[in-house]
Amino acid sequence: MAEPLLRVERVSRRFGGLLAVNDVSLTAQQGRITALIGPNGAGKTTLFALISGFLRPSYGAIRYGGADVTGEPPYRLARRGIARTFQIVQPFAGLTVRENILVGAHLRHPARATAIVAAEQVGRELGLDAMLNRPADTLTVAGRKRLELAKALATEPKLLLLDEVLAGLNPSEIRDIVPIIRALCRRGITIVMIEHVMQAVMSLAEHIFVLAEGRIIAEGTPAQVAADPGVVEAYLGHGAATRLGGAHAD
Amino acid sequence: MKGLAPIFAVIVVMATVPLLGVSNVTLNFLVVALMTALAGQGWNVLGGYGGQYSFGHAAFFGTGAYVTAVLQVRYGVNAWIAFGLGIAGGAIVAAVVGGLTFRSGLRGAYFALVTLAFAEVLRISASVAPITGAGVGTLVKLDLHAAALQFQNRAAFYWTILTLVAIALIVTRLVERSRFGVWLIAVRENEAAATALGVNATAVKLTAMVISGAITAAAGCFYVQYFLFIDSGLAYGTWISIEALLTPIIGGVGTVFGPLVGALLVRGLGQAAQLVAGGDVPGLDLVVYGCVLVLIIWFAPRGLIGAMAQLRTRSVRPAPLARAGHG
Repeated sequence: MAEPLLRVERVSRRFGGLLAVNDVSLTAQQGRITALIGPNGAGKTTLFALISGFLRPSYGAIRYGGADVTGEPPYRLARRGIARTFQIVQPFAGLTVRENILVGAHLRHPARATAIVAAEQVGRELGLDAMLNRPADTLTVAGRKRLELAKALATEPKLLLLDEVLAGLNPSEIRDIVPIIRALCRRGITIVMIEHVMQAVMSLAEHIFVLAEGRIIAEGTPAQVAADPGVVEAYLGHGAATRLGGAHAD
Repeated sequence: MKGLAPIFAVIVVMATVPLLGVSNVTLNFLVVALMTALAGQGWNVLGGYGGQYSFGHAAFFGTGAYVTAVLQVRYGVNAWIAFGLGIAGGAIVAAVVGGLTFRSGLRGAYFALVTLAFAEVLRISASVAPITGAGVGTLVKLDLHAAALQFQNRAAFYWTILTLVAIALIVTRLVERSRFGVWLIAVRENEAAATALGVNATAVKLTAMVISGAITAAAGCFYVQYFLFIDSGLAYGTWISIEALLTPIIGGVGTVFGPLVGALLVRGLGQAAQLVAGGDVPGLDLVVYGCVLVLIIWFAPRGLIGAMAQLRTRSVRPAPLARAGHG
């Protein structure tokens, strides 16, 4: 297999007495969708913060595109092509949707005119074209999630870290956004997504890592992970796998 | 360049004022108001666009003033060159203060307090250092020639400060429409989100602080040329820190014309109050500033220009509820 775009090597992060991320290694293959799942509090968002430079790992290394990028600040990683969305969306509340996307577009387009064209292009791609002039804080939850994605995309990333972009959306909104994510992948953007909406994870991801209590407890294709008793126990509690197995046998 | 037309229009109209035969008192009032506007324009780049509320812009105003005065008086430097070096001095002080505060991640109230502290340290230092004339202050020799940047005629001073204000207006507009400006506003709105999009927030804030310091220092340089005297209380006193932030907040933070509108209004009301009170009542203008500030924060938190913009959009757009229904 080719060298992965992202390689997290034995990374740990400690907050005082709490080991939030414990000796985690994972890889994201170029042009694929990789998912990171796990119960609440497993350390998924912390791991994203480590990859995107918002936190420094206490131990371990992060390699991106063959280079060691451990400890680089977020803005420099963004210039290298790593973009992230935030689980709690972070719009520039006082600005319009167009101005929000423009901030990201300016990373690759210093001139105002071309940056605006690029921003509007991204807005259209995500179905925000009718809302470009609206203040960001007037958007619905689904609109804000799309805007969060649009801002990140406007930086023209190679690696996109999506932190629960589907959370809080209703089924029809999820149906609208899933094809957009798939199209991004087809365009060659490598995606790592944290997601709780299992239906979407199973249909989108090619490879899944399962994080629980700061450790990777399983990895594999969606089918392999779903069949792993350890994963079922992590979500439903100790002994759940055997009880469920027993229920099936009845 | 788009967006410069309104600036030229305003400046051309204002430039005709001395030709209308107004009195020296009025002209003097306008010169001081424009000088306040210039100090406020400097504050607005950092505070209005960057969201970093400095309480110590006197540090830049005073440095500009002292550099201009001391170089002329003690070293015989030409006034024009001293003026330019005064602006550079303000920019350097801004770089030092910004470098120390932003690198250590100071924000909000902490940033405001530390800038205030820097200005106070400079004020106290200037009040004892021999080079500034210590408690006595520094008097610039009267030499009413254009070569010494002094003018017989108040109109010439008026046009000088108007030119400086015009340059600051253009700089602000250019900042607003550049990538740097977009990133600066992004840092104001949400620093973490901006960083995630590739914005080096510390560098952006530092650049804004240097531009801000340079503009406010220019007001200090002009002060010296106009009044020909400076001491530590005038240069680094809190009065100028307050006026520099009051004028944009009242006129409209983060708008090009905010400080100009705010300065004319605040200074105008201060003057009017003195007239009504019939003579020189010390501190009356401060009372007026305080009342205006309370009214603005209560009724128009985005300043006069912000309030006008809001009225305009409200008349064009449907009400928020109706919009939600369509969306």
